[in-house]
Amino acid sequence: MADIAAEATAPRPVEDAAVGPRRAPITVVGPVAWARANLFSSWISTAVTLALAYLIVRWTLGFIDWAFVNAIWSVPVTNGQAQTQACRALNGAGACWAVVTEKHRFMLFGTYPYEEHWRPAICVLLFIGLYIVSAMRRFWRPALALVWLVTLAVIGVLMWGGVFGLSYVPQERWGGLPITLILATFGIALAFPLSILVALGRRSRMPAIKMLCVLYVELIRGVPLISLLFMASVMFPLFLPEGMNIDKLLRAQIAIILFAAAYLAEVVRGGLQALPRGQYEAADALGLSYWQKTGFIILPQALRLVIPPLVNTFIGFFKDTSLVLIIGIFDLLTAGKTAIVEPAWQGFGIEVYVTVGLIYFIFCFAMSRYSQNLEAELNRHRVR
Amino acid sequence: MSATMDPADGAYVASVARVDGPPAILLDKVNKWYGAMHVLRDINLSVAQGERVVVCGPSGSGKSTMIRCINRLEQHQEGRIVVDGIELSDDLRSLDAIRREVGMVFQSFNLFPHLTILENCTLAPIWVRRMPKKEAEALAMEYLTRVKIPEQAGKYPGQLSGGQQQRVAIARALCMKPKIMLFDEPTSALDPEMIKEVLDTMVMLADTGMTMICVTHEMGFARQVADRVVFMDRGEIVESGVPEQMFNDPKTDRLRTFLSQVLRGH
Repeated sequence: MADIAAEATAPRPVEDAAVGPRRAPITVVGPVAWARANLFSSWISTAVTLALAYLIVRWTLGFIDWAFVNAIWSVPVTNGQAQTQACRALNGAGACWAVVTEKHRFMLFGTYPYEEHWRPAICVLLFIGLYIVSAMRRFWRPALALVWLVTLAVIGVLMWGGVFGLSYVPQERWGGLPITLILATFGIALAFPLSILVALGRRSRMPAIKMLCVLYVELIRGVPLISLLFMASVMFPLFLPEGMNIDKLLRAQIAIILFAAAYLAEVVRGGLQALPRGQYEAADALGLSYWQKTGFIILPQALRLVIPPLVNTFIGFFKDTSLVLIIGIFDLLTAGKTAIVEPAWQGFGIEVYVTVGLIYFIFCFAMSRYSQNLEAELNRHRVR
Repeated sequence: MSATMDPADGAYVASVARVDGPPAILLDKVNKWYGAMHVLRDINLSVAQGERVVVCGPSGSGKSTMIRCINRLEQHQEGRIVVDGIELSDDLRSLDAIRREVGMVFQSFNLFPHLTILENCTLAPIWVRRMPKKEAEALAMEYLTRVKIPEQAGKYPGQLSGGQQQRVAIARALCMKPKIMLFDEPTSALDPEMIKEVLDTMVMLADTGMTMICVTHEMGFARQVADRVVFMDRGEIVESGVPEQMFNDPKTDRLRTFLSQVLRGH
């Protein structure tokens, strides 16, 4: 016994070095090996690599020339009239960012009274803060709902005003980024719970509920969002009693919620169906009630499964809010479009659209990255 | 059935003592169809309190369907099923009452993968039995200790071996303090070296006097713990009796064929 122990604890450096894991040879790992395996493995792949590298370099240099080297960042303004001759003289060789410098307030906040722009600016910051707080899992507790209510109430007060010495700004004058964020935030925040109910209803054993949910999803999915928005803005008021009027933004908002919920419901249903039947049966066998089973067992797993398509739909709807322009609501894209109506700035659409596109991209890309992290974190239990 | 048995057999006398009182489970002329397929035909089965019944038969013989009818994971269309004095009906309250008293262990474990082992065990006691969380956790640890895996309580099901998962599933069912336990081929999805640990757990459970119905092909287990073996084929109960008599002296050809196949497989 004693000599076995002694043998086990005795140092054996020479043997360990011989049997221990060796580092892989440099030809298998490392950047050179990677490039050889992935970029230059055959003469076709070498040719494709070189051709693409040439194009990428050329386009990148061209873009840098246009966007930075030859760009004009501001132009002189005389008598309230921008002097854009310098920009026009570029003839497309460089970007005229002066249009963004000059018009950024209008692009961001639309026709909101100029002196009051700090109010929608704070609203935008509040929205972003709300997203960040909601994204952190350590804040996922019931109090978060309260934070949402308070923040949204503050945003409402700031936008409308009329109290606390803030001047009243009618909804018709709101515009730009706050509109986009309002439509997207309320749209997704209210459509998501609704979609869960509809998805559950569609799988209900009660025929009336099931039929209602199927009808809702198929009807809403079967028409374009634009037609729903038209209905909300033009037809819906006709059905209201005389003298009663519901805010146009609210009507568009409801249309967006209903539309988004129908799509999200199908995504959620996909998750519900992907769960093995055994999970339902185990919950039933333990005596859990329908709502306990749904809340503790089914939804937590089903929603995790559909995070990628769910976020895909969220991102789609964030951008679809721009369709409200057709019923005369001034969202970010419409504000950008209107900013270049002025004769002095006509022809500088690219710069404005690139900027607006960048703003959309930042929000959508953030959603996308966040969802990837969330997915990895929530599915950690699947990793052995 | 009991009249045909030999009262001189000591082990048998013990099980007769348990047969007293109302049956824990009674199936009376139960019939079930899947569409046009007649999967359960006039099933009559009475299980006494504390009795251990092993159900065997070729696949597709309706044995799983039968025990799944007992807690209504499947619905029968004709006949009566009475569990612990409560008749299964469309009344949801009676169903809830029965499911509280009947624990079930599945072939594929069906643990909740997003919850830890401990949470798997405490969820139903807390929400269905309205047990305080601390008490439920203490109870869960007690049962996890009894199935010999208390040290895994904080892990997720995916981190455990199949045998360990199935033992957790048994502990999870026991945490509801059921009067009856149903086992639906609990070892069929397991690697051979893990079957024994699960069977040992079930033997231990049988020793506590739990009423058990177990669908299994493990004939050794049947010999060791079953008071009665029920042989099913093509949706009906063909033969039933004490294990020794069933295995050594099968009365029907169907059982004889089945036994030769099962024994050859081992």
